[in-house]
Amino acid sequence: MDVLSFVIVGHVDHGKSTLIGRLLYDTESLPPDKIEEIKKASSGQGRRTEFAYLLDHLEEERKQGITIDTTQVFFKTPKRRYVIIDAPGHVEFVKNMITGASQAEAAVLIIDVVEGVKEQTRRHSYMLSLLGLNQVVVVLNKMDSVDFSQERFEAVRKDADEWLKSINVEPMLYIPISAIEGDNVTESSANTSWYNGPNFLESLDTMQNKQPPENKPMLFPIQDVYKIDDKRINVGRVEAGVISEGDEIKILPTGESTKVSAVEKFLEKRTQAIASESVGMTTTDSVFLDRGNIVCVPGSEPVLTDTVNASMFWMTKRPFSSDMKLTIRCATQETSCRIERINKRINSSTLEVIAENSDVLENLEVAQVTIKTKKPVAIKDFNDVQELGRFVIVHDENICAGGIITHVG
Amino acid sequence: MNTNLSQLDKLENQSIFIIREAYSQFRDVAMLWSIGKDSTTLLWLVRKAFFGKIPFPVLHIDTTYKFKEIYEFREKYAKEWNLNLLVAKNEEAIAKGMSHEKGAFQCCNELKTMALKKAIAKYGFKALYLGIRRDEHGIRAKERVFSPRDEDFEWDYKNQPPELWDQYKTKAAEEEHLRVHPLLGWREIDVWEYVKRENIPVTDLYFAKNGKRYRSIGCETCCSPIDSDADTIEKVVEELKTSKISERSGRAQDKEDDYMMQKLRSLGYM
Ligand SMILES: Nc1nc2c(ncn2[C@@H]2O[C@H](COP(=O)(O)OP(=O)(O)O)[C@@H](O)[C@H]2O)c(=O)[nH]1
Repeated sequence: MDVLSFVIVGHVDHGKSTLIGRLLYDTESLPPDKIEEIKKASSGQGRRTEFAYLLDHLEEERKQGITIDTTQVFFKTPKRRYVIIDAPGHVEFVKNMITGASQAEAAVLIIDVVEGVKEQTRRHSYMLSLLGLNQVVVVLNKMDSVDFSQERFEAVRKDADEWLKSINVEPMLYIPISAIEGDNVTESSANTSWYNGPNFLESLDTMQNKQPPENKPMLFPIQDVYKIDDKRINVGRVEAGVISEGDEIKILPTGESTKVSAVEKFLEKRTQAIASESVGMTTTDSVFLDRGNIVCVPGSEPVLTDTVNASMFWMTKRPFSSDMKLTIRCATQETSCRIERINKRINSSTLEVIAENSDVLENLEVAQVTIKTKKPVAIKDFNDVQELGRFVIVHDENICAGGIITHVG
Repeated sequence: MNTNLSQLDKLENQSIFIIREAYSQFRDVAMLWSIGKDSTTLLWLVRKAFFGKIPFPVLHIDTTYKFKEIYEFREKYAKEWNLNLLVAKNEEAIAKGMSHEKGAFQCCNELKTMALKKAIAKYGFKALYLGIRRDEHGIRAKERVFSPRDEDFEWDYKNQPPELWDQYKTKAAEEEHLRVHPLLGWREIDVWEYVKRENIPVTDLYFAKNGKRYRSIGCETCCSPIDSDADTIEKVVEELKTSKISERSGRAQDKEDDYMMQKLRSLGYM
């Protein structure tokens, strides 16, 4: 059975946890001992049993009633299995939200119809757009609090739509729901007779799995080289296309050419491997490959450059300053780098341009940057092959920024 | 060629990717093998990742209270798969008579966590592979694929490093070690379906005898079997498809109180 993972994002208290709890409850995905455990835990701390409670597993989360870190929960419909990534809504934990969203294939944006579009609604959806998540369903929650008013729904929808347009997100749907009462969650509600679209669960079933880029020219970044018996096996994951025995290949950055002698997988006889498969590969000549080399098709090489122009989001409390020693990692490539220019600093919840040409960058800001790498890196447009079109910046062994390359060369 | 990878293929490829990412950073690593179905599945994937020649030790934390079947299984496959097997015990605590009768929390902490600490100190491992899954327990659902532990072994679950796409954390100087979790995204049923597909050997404890089987195995003293007639892998898979009881409900350390698991884990428990 297929599995689809989606992230739920939104401003704090707009009802993410309640929606997830309701979904699990209505799809009968909760084991009886879980329900018991939650009842016991709720009463232990003097709170009533709430669906939201299901997901908060850290002592602090339960006490404070806020989600600190992402959680993944599972449920299934007759069509397929789902992984829900519950991302915290509090501004303090945006880096956890980004961690969660980067693992998802689709996203649900939840907006409290009473409060409307808020700071984290905007920031989270902007992050989704930067991460390239383009399957987005918007649910307008707490419809029970506005007597299921179509007028109110339309007003918030209009606001949300304006914002989402400005960041190039085109939602698949807007659904009026009440997570607490269950309207339009797994069953279409009589309270919203003016709404004819699918309910939330039905909308999930229309989302598509992310397809690995199989029909593109082959790309095989080397993860490592193992000496097994007398063979040097170059291991990695095929990131695009198909790698086959006998293929003419080129190796970046050295530019050497050779041929694939064999595709190796333990206990299997292979002649090929497709995008997203983790395999080994040997070459006909004794060329010495290394981690970070990119194996590609001659004539369809990615761009090899030491200048990377990208949209980058800074996601650590310590602001960027030019004296920080930074490393860039793109697929298995890794080299030291510096941010040569911050062309534009953007407030991620208002899109307001904070500065043109700056030399600082604060937590949660997005910037158009030019990065100079010490060694050249092989890159692609993010919209072509994601794996070579995105990167992280590491400082002190921690990921402090992520970026997307949308124009190459 | 069949270009539609199954869910199990996707999981396998991702796990092998993670195993290789970790090894490319750390050569001084070990894999924890509890001999249960999850860590045996992990071991199977590790064998695949390294073409049958695992370049690091496989570590069994032995509380001495394990089922005898576990010891038999360990010896048999350590030999068959040519493993560099290390067995670690907290001899001191065992000599002093530590057992579950002193309290499950105390016992797990002494015989598992402390034994592991000693082993890491002795061998100097920088990273450990563990076969934990997100669906096992709520607190495990919060784990990262690469999860740092500080010098006191503590898991700072309130301030975990970000993981973006498939880019993971590397080890910083002040950290004791990194835990690597290649099976994090698997579910219990995936493990069983994979065990079935790949014919991975598992101990008989998982299969029903006289109407009872173990769904999760640890120490004999702290595990209770569930009612079941599933005496083959096929039947276990079927049972899981219909069961609503969560997996670890037969294990004492989860029941004792709400936060025991969190406390154990934050102190360095597996
Ligand atoms: N009236 C109403 N209240 C809701 C609804 N959904 C959630 N809430 C309440 O809104 C508050 C925040 O919900 P929660 O799920 O914790 O929000 P989160 O921070 O987004 O996870 C809680 O008090 C919920 O009971 C809804 O559909 N209607």
